Amino acid sequence: MPDPVLQTRGLTAFYGDFQALFGIDFEVLAGETIAIIGANGAGKSTFLRSVTGMLSTRGQGITLFGQPVDGVPPHELVARGLAMVPEGRRLFPSLTVEENLLIGGYRRRGSYWTLNRIYELFPILAERRHNGGTELSGGQQQMVAIGRALMSDPKLLLCDEISLGLAPIVIRDIYASLPRIREHGTTIVVVEQDVTQALAVADRVYCFQEGHVSLTGRPADLSRQEITTAYFGAAEEHA
Amino acid sequence: MDWVNAVVQGVLLGGLYALFASGLSLMFGVMRFVNIAHGDFIVMAAYGALVIVGATGLYPLWTMIAIVPGMALLGFVGQRVLLNRTLGEDILPPLLVTFGLSIIIQNVLLEVFSADSQKLQAGWLETASIPIAGGLNIGLMPLLIFVSALIVIGGLQTFLYRTPVGRVLRATSDDQETVRLMGADNARIFAYATAIASAVVGIAGVYMAMRTNFDPSVGPARLLFAFEAVIIGGLGSLWGTLVGGIILGVAQAIGAQIDPGFQILAGHIAFLFVLVMRPQGLLPRMRG
Amino acid sequence: MTDTKQHYVVERSTRTSRFASGAAAAIILALALAPWWAGLGELRILIEIFYYIALAQMWSLLAGYAGLVSIGQQAFVGLGGYLLFALAIFGGLHPIVALVVAGLVTAVAALPIALVAFRLTGAYFAIGTWVIAEVLRLSFAQFPALGGGSGISLPAGIVRDMAGSPEGRQFLVYWVALAIAFASIALVLALLRSRWGLAMTAIRDSRPASESLGVEAYRTKLMVYVLAAGMTGLSGGLIFLQKLRISPDAAFSVSDWTALVIFTVVIGGIGSVEGPIIGVILFFLLREVAADWGSWYLILMGSIAVVTMLFAPRGIWGLISSRYDLELFPVGRRLRVDPERRDRKE
Repeated sequence: MPDPVLQTRGLTAFYGDFQALFGIDFEVLAGETIAIIGANGAGKSTFLRSVTGMLSTRGQGITLFGQPVDGVPPHELVARGLAMVPEGRRLFPSLTVEENLLIGGYRRRGSYWTLNRIYELFPILAERRHNGGTELSGGQQQMVAIGRALMSDPKLLLCDEISLGLAPIVIRDIYASLPRIREHGTTIVVVEQDVTQALAVADRVYCFQEGHVSLTGRPADLSRQEITTAYFGAAEEHA
Repeated sequence: MDWVNAVVQGVLLGGLYALFASGLSLMFGVMRFVNIAHGDFIVMAAYGALVIVGATGLYPLWTMIAIVPGMALLGFVGQRVLLNRTLGEDILPPLLVTFGLSIIIQNVLLEVFSADSQKLQAGWLETASIPIAGGLNIGLMPLLIFVSALIVIGGLQTFLYRTPVGRVLRATSDDQETVRLMGADNARIFAYATAIASAVVGIAGVYMAMRTNFDPSVGPARLLFAFEAVIIGGLGSLWGTLVGGIILGVAQAIGAQIDPGFQILAGHIAFLFVLVMRPQGLLPRMRG
Repeated sequence: MTDTKQHYVVERSTRTSRFASGAAAAIILALALAPWWAGLGELRILIEIFYYIALAQMWSLLAGYAGLVSIGQQAFVGLGGYLLFALAIFGGLHPIVALVVAGLVTAVAALPIALVAFRLTGAYFAIGTWVIAEVLRLSFAQFPALGGGSGISLPAGIVRDMAGSPEGRQFLVYWVALAIAFASIALVLALLRSRWGLAMTAIRDSRPASESLGVEAYRTKLMVYVLAAGMTGLSGGLIFLQKLRISPDAAFSVSDWTALVIFTVVIGGIGSVEGPIIGVILFFLLREVAADWGSWYLILMGSIAVVTMLFAPRGIWGLISSRYDLELFPVGRRLRVDPERRDRKE
């Protein structure tokens, strides 16, 4: 069995007095594609902030690539092989498309993902390489954000809400790129509110609800009913 | 004719102000950080040049060979060990720490060098001038400083837009948090930015020492000039900073032409006028 | 399964603060009677302490509560001082009346100043206020009637007519100084307890990134700025009523009226009512020891302030109050578990 790429045991997180996560057990194995689904405020983003070192996680025993994450700043985690597509894309507005991609390669680890390969993956970006990052459509911006994350040749790619605010046809295009990324051995975790998309690409799914993992399993093994309950909570079920 | 002359001299003076301002502009751009002690660092560099000239008898201009890398190193170390600790959501710590530094530097300089006014003697360069049309003369030193400002700003611009480190500095200026997710260490990037800004401070300090009288108390006024040039020009635009410096220099020269007591006041009033009429400055950075 | 429900009571005063208000009454009384127990030299120091407390409270109110870090408070000190001189010399007002009018006019003058300065935010606001103070300093140097660059003394006749005797004059200045110090504390307390206080705390705690202010926040900041300017102007008038001589450099001195004030507030504890008082008292104690050290004294003050800012950003009072949970001036509403009313649901 392959080693876990990222593992948490009983992870908790607080914002001041407010507890956002209550003991999350999570594991992703090398080569897997995992989807984390859940409603707004379920703790998905907090979880990502914790495992990327943006939130303090001292003594929580998170391991990434077999090493503890405790107190390691984000830039060190990137050097170890983590890359993130942040929620809202967060392109650098004063940089061109190509410059945004190059910033992603600030800590290059391998040699597979180059500018040319990113442009092969998303041909439209090649045409717009000299445009300002924020002059693009939402879908194209999302492509830049994914390309930028790939430029470091990550072992683990975290994608936060990559379908947010995009038209269904655009979402389909973006999701179509994930299998190609996966072919090169990259482990992928997508955090999604769009359950249909997430279930279509994922090997396994974790559903978060109010800071807990409410359901986990292979998409094929889960019924629609189970997922709805895990997603919305029991109260919705009877409504 | 006097008025034309005042404007020409003001433009040249603006070059010095642009040198004062570009370090401040760069640091604010990258770190959203204003160093209140900026003017005092300029004065510190001037005293550094004074000490070197006193010890070696070198021609003042050559002191830059030591002062510029020396200031860059000081900036790098100062940012890493002191200023990085102050940066965060709250604007108070960096403001108050650098304000404290400003008072400390002024008083240390006062203890070491006394309140006496100083100036570096630049010999022939001070008196040499180029006659141009209509009996106007352009002093060689003001011209040298102005051309240096053009070179420094052009160099900074090239560095920011043509090199990988410059690209990361611009990205940091856009979004500090996301740049960390790209694997960049903010603490180190900030130290680079301060080192570069401090190198420019070194150049500005040596030129100031050659061009004007200085004493330990003149730092805050240089900070205000630098600040005014940055705001007049528009935040985040280095060429705007040059324009701001020139407008400030011309306003001061015209003020001085009216009455010597009006020189500084006229500069401040020009700044307030721009602030009221066009708070985003004259050449703000274009954003998509 | 046991579910404990606790009842909370909201209260403003704590036992310590109730004790403190009793002590405060005693202190006010003792200070008011100081002319009968203190010598003229001590009165002079107390006057200085009082106006520094007022300046420190106002700076702390701006920076600690309203998020307005000013390096230009000397603008209002100088304006208050010059207005007092102008009103007494050219308006023929009794200096105490002139003092009150000077404070009011300073507050009014702060309004247009704020409209300009508020175009800048954060650190740029700080330097902007400094530029404005410089503009005032250079402008007053251009008025020959007010002594130009070298300054002017309050004419002997006006000084003589102020009170029956030189001692009487000193007493009068003393009581006014005492009143200003307490008025400044009362102003801060009243503001913090009002609905403005809540608004200010909200402004302070909002992320600095959200720099686009709502209309309400803008008005609150404007009001606080103007009130602080008025009180600072009043203090400025008093300062130069005691000194009897004013010049642009003394009136608009950044190191006397802003740097030292900032240092005392930072060391004492920013964002509290107690901190500035503690800071000013420490400052005067230190001055007794180190007054002859010249510029080393300022170097020392600056260094202590820098170290405080780095390692104890809430100052001495912050350290004390977090350790002992003390609050002498009841400002915040506190939640307390009411031990009498605790029901248990089985």
